[in-house]
Amino acid sequence: MRRRAGLGAIQKQKLEQEKYKDKGNEIQENQFEQMTKQLEVFKVNLEEFASKHKNEIRKNPEFRRQFQDMCASIGVDPLSSGKGFWSVLGIGDFYYELAVQIVEVCLATNEKNGGLIGLDELRTRLIKARGQSKQHQEISKDDLMRAAQKLKIFGSGFNIIPMGKGKYMVQSVPGELSMDHSSILQQAEKNQAFISISYLRRELNWETERSKKALDHMVDQGLAWIDLQNPQEKLYYFPSLFTACVNSAS
Amino acid sequence: MNRIKYTNPILLESESTVVVENNVRLYDGHQKTSFEGGELIITTHRILWGRPGAIARGQTCLALHLDLVVLVEEESSSAFSFSRSKKVLLHLSETTEESDGPQFTSYYNFIKLSFREGYSNNVIGVLNDLLQKRLWEPPSPEVSPQQHLPTIKLRTGIIGIERSLQEKQKATDESITVAFQDLDKLMSMAKEMVKLSRTISTKIKEKQGDITEDETVRFKSYLMSLGIDDPVTRDSYKSDNHYYRELAKQISDFLLSHVEEMGGMMALTDVFCRVNRARSLELLSPEDILNSCRIMESLGLPLKLYQFTSGVKVLQLSTMDNEIVAESTALLIEDNGSLSAEELSQRLGISITLAKERLLTTEKYGKCCRDDSIEGLRFYPNLFLTKEE
Repeated sequence: MRRRAGLGAIQKQKLEQEKYKDKGNEIQENQFEQMTKQLEVFKVNLEEFASKHKNEIRKNPEFRRQFQDMCASIGVDPLSSGKGFWSVLGIGDFYYELAVQIVEVCLATNEKNGGLIGLDELRTRLIKARGQSKQHQEISKDDLMRAAQKLKIFGSGFNIIPMGKGKYMVQSVPGELSMDHSSILQQAEKNQAFISISYLRRELNWETERSKKALDHMVDQGLAWIDLQNPQEKLYYFPSLFTACVNSAS
Repeated sequence: MNRIKYTNPILLESESTVVVENNVRLYDGHQKTSFEGGELIITTHRILWGRPGAIARGQTCLALHLDLVVLVEEESSSAFSFSRSKKVLLHLSETTEESDGPQFTSYYNFIKLSFREGYSNNVIGVLNDLLQKRLWEPPSPEVSPQQHLPTIKLRTGIIGIERSLQEKQKATDESITVAFQDLDKLMSMAKEMVKLSRTISTKIKEKQGDITEDETVRFKSYLMSLGIDDPVTRDSYKSDNHYYRELAKQISDFLLSHVEEMGGMMALTDVFCRVNRARSLELLSPEDILNSCRIMESLGLPLKLYQFTSGVKVLQLSTMDNEIVAESTALLIEDNGSLSAEELSQRLGISITLAKERLLTTEKYGKCCRDDSIEGLRFYPNLFLTKEE
C-alpha cells in the first residue's frame, strides 16, 4: 500500500486521532467506574476480614507487623487517617494511643537523658505503665517504631536513630545527631555508658579534634555529662544508656 | 491424571508415611499409563508414586494431594478377569490449578491404582481413614479446646500450666494461619486498586480526558480513605473536606483555654496528646490533627497553625504576633541579664522546645544575641543595637 500523502491523508489522520482520543476517554471513564466498583468490593471484604480477625491484630504483634509490611509494600498507609477504610480494623486506636504514651514517657525522662532514650528502655517503661492486662503487654519494638515515626510530622524532633545490631534510640527533642554522634553512642554502650577521648582514639582511630567536637556538641545538647574525677582526662557519661535509669521506677 | 504433579519425595511438615506397596501401576481413568511397576507410598497428606528405589533415593516422583480425592472404591473384578491384580479407584475433584505433572489434560475424573501383586495392607481402609481425618488441614481451633478440656481439669501444678500455655499457643498459631491467608487475599485486592489509582492519577495530572470535577473530588476522597499518598492530590483536597472542618472547630473549642493558659502557644505533639486523651475512643491520627490545624486559619478560628523555621509546628492564638513575642521576650532577657531556654521555660511555664523557639524568634528580630558554648545556648540583650556609641 503506498503511503498516503496530501490533504486527504492529513484529514484522515486527524479524524483517527480524534477517534483514538475518544476511545481513550471512554476506557478511562470505565477505569473510574471500575475503581469505584472495586472499592465497594474491597470495603465489604475488609469488613469481613475485620470481623474475623480484629482480635488477632490487637493481640498478635507478629501479625500486626506482617500487616503493616504488606501495606507498605503496596503503597498504602493504614494509619494515615482515623476515618479511612482501615479504621474498621481498629489498628488506628492502638497505634495512636501508643504514640501518646510514647510522648508522655519521653517527656518524663527528658530531664535525665536529654531527649534520647533507648528503644528497649522505652518499651520497658511503657509495659509498666500500660497495665497488667495481657493484651497490653504485647507491644513489639516494631509497633513502637511505627508509632514514633508517625509523630515525626509534628516537627518536634521525634526521630528513630539506628545504632546497629538491632538497637535503636528514640529522639524526642529536635537536634541533629550526625554519624559521629551515633558512633560515639555505640561505643559508649559497649563501655558501660562512658567514654573518653583516648578511648575513641583507640577504638575508632579518631583524632582529638574530631572527638572533642562531637563530644562537646553532645554535652551542649544535654546528652552527655562530664566527669572530672579521673586524674588523666575527662570522662563523658551518657544517661540515655544508664542501665540504672532503665531499672529505676522514676 | 492431570491432578498429579512431579515432586521430590521430601515429606512435608507433619506429614508421615502410612503405607508402602510395591509393583503398582497408574491408570488414567480406564487407560493404562506408562507408570508401572513402581513403588506406592501413602502418607497422611499425599499419595506418592516412584520408580523402584527412586523415592528412597529422593529422586523426582509423582504426587497426588489427598485433598483432591473425593471417593475411594475397589474395582470389582469381572467374572472373567484372570489377573491377580487388585484395582483401587480414586475419584478426584476438579482442579483449576496449572498442572505441572506428566499430563496436562485428562478426560477422566478418576484414576486407578493397580496393585499387581495385590496389596498386603488394607489400602482402602487406610485411604478412607486418612480422607476422613484430613490431617493436611490445620485443625480448627474450636475442636482442640474441647478435646483438651477434660485433661486440664485433672492436671495441676507447673505441668498443667505449661500444658495450657502450649495449647493456647497452638490455638493462636492455627487461627493466625487462617488470618494470614485472609490477609493475603485482602492485600492482593488492595494491590489491584493501588495500580488502578495510579493510572487514574496520572490521567488527572496530564489533564487528559473528561474526568469531571466531581469525579476528581470523589477520587481524592477514595485515595485518602485508603491511605494512599499521592502527590497529585495531597494538598489541594484536604482543605475542602467537611470532616476536617468539623474537627478543626472541635479542637479549637476544646483547646482555646488551655492555649491561653500556656502563654498562647502549644506544640502540636501536645495538641495530639491532649485531644486523644480526651477522646479515649476513636482516636485521631497525627495526619488528621495536622490537616485540621492547617485549615483553622482559613476558617477564622481563634487558633492557627504556625511553623517555625526549625520545623517545629505549634498551635497559637491568632492574635499572637511574632513581633510582640519578640518584644516581651527581649524585656525578660533584660530583666534577667541573660536567659537560657531552660530558664525561660521555667519562668513562663512552657516547654523547653517552645522557649527555645521564642528566643530564636527574638534573635531573628534582632532583639537579642546568642552565646553558644559548651555550657549551652544563652541569650543576652543585643547591646550592639541599643547601646549608644
